[in-house]
Amino acid sequence: MPTPTPILSDASSPPLGGSRSHKRLTESEGFCGWLFITPALIGFTLFYLVPTIRAFYIGLTNWNLLRAPKFLGLDNYVRLFGDQKFWSSIWVTVLYVLYNIPVQTVFGLLIAVLLKRLTGSVVIRSIMLAPFLISNVIAAMIWFWMLDPVLGFLNFLLQSLGLGSHAFFSDENLALPTIAAINIWRHMGYAALLFYTGLQSIPEHLYEAARIEGASQWKMFTAITLPLLRPTIVFVLVTSVIGSFQIFDTIAVTTQGGPGTATRTIVWYIYQEAFSSMRMGYASAMSTVLFVGLVLVTLVQMRVLRSGESDLG
Amino acid sequence: MKTTTSPLPIGRWLGYAALIVFALISLGPLWIAFKTALTGPNALFASGGSVLPNDTTLFNFQRVLGFIDPSDPRLQQTGLAKITFFRALLNSVIFTAMAVIPQIFFSATAAYAFARLRFPGRDLLFFLFIAATMIPAAVLFIPNFILIHDLGWLNTFQGMAAPYALMTPFAVFFLRQMFIATPKDVEEAARVDGASYFSIFFQMILPIHGPSLATLAILTTVATWNEFFWPFLIGREDSVRVIAVAINAFRTQQQAGVPDWTGLMACTVLGALPMVALLVFFGRKVVESFQFSGMK
Repeated sequence: MPTPTPILSDASSPPLGGSRSHKRLTESEGFCGWLFITPALIGFTLFYLVPTIRAFYIGLTNWNLLRAPKFLGLDNYVRLFGDQKFWSSIWVTVLYVLYNIPVQTVFGLLIAVLLKRLTGSVVIRSIMLAPFLISNVIAAMIWFWMLDPVLGFLNFLLQSLGLGSHAFFSDENLALPTIAAINIWRHMGYAALLFYTGLQSIPEHLYEAARIEGASQWKMFTAITLPLLRPTIVFVLVTSVIGSFQIFDTIAVTTQGGPGTATRTIVWYIYQEAFSSMRMGYASAMSTVLFVGLVLVTLVQMRVLRSGESDLG
Repeated sequence: MKTTTSPLPIGRWLGYAALIVFALISLGPLWIAFKTALTGPNALFASGGSVLPNDTTLFNFQRVLGFIDPSDPRLQQTGLAKITFFRALLNSVIFTAMAVIPQIFFSATAAYAFARLRFPGRDLLFFLFIAATMIPAAVLFIPNFILIHDLGWLNTFQGMAAPYALMTPFAVFFLRQMFIATPKDVEEAARVDGASYFSIFFQMILPIHGPSLATLAILTTVATWNEFFWPFLIGREDSVRVIAVAINAFRTQQQAGVPDWTGLMACTVLGALPMVALLVFFGRKVVESFQFSGMK
């Protein structure tokens, strides 16, 4: 991002006051480095570094916050292995990711190509980004209303098309795909903007050359656009998959894990164990497993998508 | 600069049609929320399938903001919840300001140190900060909740803002990339002239990187304004709860009867309004900030 360099009117302003030794200290590069980093380092230590270690430790205990934690060793992990609810929540989450990510990515790509080829005006890009600026809770609330079985606008629309009205959130087969649809709606425009940025960096002369050779649109898309867009695709997929695995807000507002266990995803289950059942230890053990699982999923994605290699040259 | 002239104009028309459909899908639900908020509570049953509001009124906005006298007979009808949304809007403003402003400042000082100053341990620290972007929120929330609980900061703004106020790994990383991308000749010349690191930071780094700081401010403000999970754990009392937490509470409060949809939609519109306004007034900057958020 090129920025204009302002002319310094006051480059030789007097150094901050103080004694001679203070002055010498603030002149030391090492001291100033540490000084500038200290507030962020405190925040990092308190809210990232220590909690990460603590989460591992809490996972080895039985703790309801009322009494002192009791050390259990690996008992929570042994229990987790045989916990039917845990495995079902993992399955529900994987299913959710599979509903969510492919559609979101394909729609995002399609919108990005349309923006690139037809019009990338700020107005249309703003419209596509709008749902992403609305919070998960508000998005969920709006869809909850539009899909209301009695009064919802979309159910009226479906009825007038002869498709009948549906109780989307209380139908075991529809609840999870519906929640995925809400998040596809909220994220596809943002994904499209990221892809659009990636498309801008593909040299136009490649398309011109291909056109002279008589390549079809589809051929150009698969032979030029997709391979050269790969770094962007990897980034969008990796970050959206990590986010998708941690789906929580939409479920909290709409189904709260139901009907039955149809939308009890892993983070919802962890939350319930921690704050409804007050089992901090067991919940932490599950969150640790989720962490390791996400790292593995990310590594597999990077490997499969060959993120380190370039197709240029 | 669209040089493409498709041999098949029909393809272009189909493309435009698809783009319009996607635009309608994006905006349609927002419009439905808005028209419901404008619908009189008594006209709701008759207007579910209509695209325009029935019995158009600002009554719903007025009542959720507490501008209607409590003895007003219109408030006594059954099905209308007691929604106190004004306080929630105010709480969101306080929470967002407390989380975003110090976060950007302290992330900028850290980013400056990482980008420009040599000090022992720098590279290891930076590696740790980057690694922290990989830690899922689902891992951090239990220990962080316990810390805030032990500090006695549940249901306080400082408890809600604390984890964001000193840094986020993304903010530090983002600003460091921006700082590194500019040449340091001017700063070095200023050093030779006797400027301290403090005056370089305040008089050169901050002004020069105004656009990058604005980009970060937009991304962070939107994310914080929309945050749900953490404020939901820490701040559930009326005095501190933010809009997302309040809207969720109004929804679950009234599961028994028919929800007060016109009131709830007035809340969603008011909650989304600042973000929509941001988009309307600073469209290009906002859009470009989000496009830029994916660059690493």
